[in-house]
Amino acid sequence: MLRTEDRVVLLRALYVTMVRMRGVEETIADLLEAKEIGCPTHLYTGQEAVAAGVCAALRADDYVFGGHRSHGHYLAKGGDLNALMAELYGKKTGCSGGRGGSMHLVAPEVGVLGTAPLVAGTIPIAVGAALASALRGDGRVTVAFFGDGAAEEGVFHESMNLAAHRKLPVIFACENNSYASHMHLLERRARDNIVASAEAHGMPGRVLDGNDVLAVLSAATEAVRDARSGAGPTLLECRTYRWRGHVGPALDFDVGVRRKDELCEWRGKDPVTRLAEHLLACGMTREDLDGVRRDVDAEVHKAVTFARESAPPEVESLTEHVYRSASERQG
Amino acid sequence: MTARSISYAQAIREAFAQLLAQDSRVFVIGQGLWSPWYVGTSMQDIDTEFGRERIIDSPVSENATTGAAIGAALAGMRPIVVHPRMDFMLLAVDQIVNEAANWHYMFNGRVNVPVVIRPVINRGGEQGAQHSQALHAWFAHVPGLKVVMPATPYDAKGLLIAAVHDGNPVVYIDDRWLYGEMGEVPEDPYSVPIGQAAVRRRGRDVTVVATSYMVVEAMKAASALEEVGIDAEVIDLRSVRPLDEATIFASVKKTGRLVVADAAWLSCGVGAEVAARVAGGAFEALRAPIGRVGLPDAPAPTSRALEDAYYPRAGQIVTEVRRLTGGGKSRDGVAVARGRH
Repeated sequence: MLRTEDRVVLLRALYVTMVRMRGVEETIADLLEAKEIGCPTHLYTGQEAVAAGVCAALRADDYVFGGHRSHGHYLAKGGDLNALMAELYGKKTGCSGGRGGSMHLVAPEVGVLGTAPLVAGTIPIAVGAALASALRGDGRVTVAFFGDGAAEEGVFHESMNLAAHRKLPVIFACENNSYASHMHLLERRARDNIVASAEAHGMPGRVLDGNDVLAVLSAATEAVRDARSGAGPTLLECRTYRWRGHVGPALDFDVGVRRKDELCEWRGKDPVTRLAEHLLACGMTREDLDGVRRDVDAEVHKAVTFARESAPPEVESLTEHVYRSASERQG
Repeated sequence: MTARSISYAQAIREAFAQLLAQDSRVFVIGQGLWSPWYVGTSMQDIDTEFGRERIIDSPVSENATTGAAIGAALAGMRPIVVHPRMDFMLLAVDQIVNEAANWHYMFNGRVNVPVVIRPVINRGGEQGAQHSQALHAWFAHVPGLKVVMPATPYDAKGLLIAAVHDGNPVVYIDDRWLYGEMGEVPEDPYSVPIGQAAVRRRGRDVTVVATSYMVVEAMKAASALEEVGIDAEVIDLRSVRPLDEATIFASVKKTGRLVVADAAWLSCGVGAEVAARVAGGAFEALRAPIGRVGLPDAPAPTSRALEDAYYPRAGQIVTEVRRLTGGGKSRDGVAVARGRH
């Protein structure tokens, strides 16, 4: 058990991470509405506790992979905010040099080896990174972040089988936000039972309150410990909700008016507010919390300025980096 | 280094063994790697020599297995994925095309995928439509992938080693019809540069560009053509992407005629690509239409009677060359016009 003061430090760090994600995403929503950002952008608002909780259980050299809704994963693992914002603006200073946009984020220096939008596409890749760790014995753990829609892809099951059979150090972190694009889970599945796949494939599976960062952190810590010790993978089904539409800034753009009741209900379970209340109960003051928000706002503002003022990539670079060159290999 | 002749299959196995022995980052994953029949003798007992931790016989999950190799490559390993029938690899096209091919570009060169994907072509033997396809043109269409097709034992070893060291996703395609071919192979490890064609036979009258097993048939065709007074230059393409235009152009500028022999369907195939490049880059040298030899527009049949008619052989290359050259000398020795030579 953590001592009280250590616990407050931990909770405060989680709070900073989540407020940062919220601030970044809400600013991006405004910039999308203003049409300053043009690439398809899938916002993470409402799901902050999952990325924050899982990544807080990881070491700096552990790997994560994500999908199309991965700003939160990138930030929680320590990806540079300026480079994220510049990437959304299609600038040369972006984390992918303006070639990737919102759906292709990378920060190898902090273990973000790539996010890519074809759902479930990065799940086997995460398993492969874990296979590399198992072969090398380097003690790293890899997390595959994906949504509930990805659990319908065959490769999800292929990957779970391969990982469980070889006891690979990988965590399948499913963010079940109830929707894949415009369709509710129960319009796509016979049952609301993603977690059942875990048992079928021979690994522990847990359903979590994905809006409770402490519940996520606790389950992730256990899963990371198991993975690192050679006990194999875990499936974490984190129940959460995305506040905004599938893509873009609209609140219920693609799923109709009926989502409004749900949205109100889930806003009542806001993971950021819940953590703030917890911190207040632990002795943090409103002023402390406001200070965190002010710092984040200033940082996000600076990132937007950085992105706006950065240069676009040179047109001459259009066909660079299709192949890794011999000189890069030597370096 | 002693000159020694070994088979194409032995050359592949030697490349695997040397790669595994020299670099702990190299491992192999795919279906059938512990089986005595899946990949013939090309990897026989490699699992007992290097252990089943590094030679992983995978679940029946092509997409996940290929994705896992891609992920391991991103994390610093040098995996080789084996698909013992190229047809099975189609289940992994998502990972190969959507992920592996794009990764380096879409992340601005910050991560790379040094993975080798080895699909084996298993034509003939009454194996039918789903155990026989040669789909190299599909993969060569995609920027970010390299596609090599060794035709000799020397290249089988050298191109596999080059592919593992390349730093990019490389599709290395071998054909079981070549496994018994013998040739000189140095014992020490060596690389054959990816993207360079090889001139297998010098000639003046026609350029035959061939891929993979069709190089064997092209060489037989060249011997037959010699008998009728036609001197064919045979180019072994070796690498479908990148494509060595320079060697092809230089040859066509000398011979003035081109036939492309590829054991795949003609539509949108390698023959079409080579023909288009020559038409665009060496058109003035052409003295005849461009000829192509390939499979008829049908899936592979199983019946031997149909199969024999299905796969192109030297005779079709000879026929195509004679059509373009106006025939060469006929069998009774009467000279036939064949251009300025």
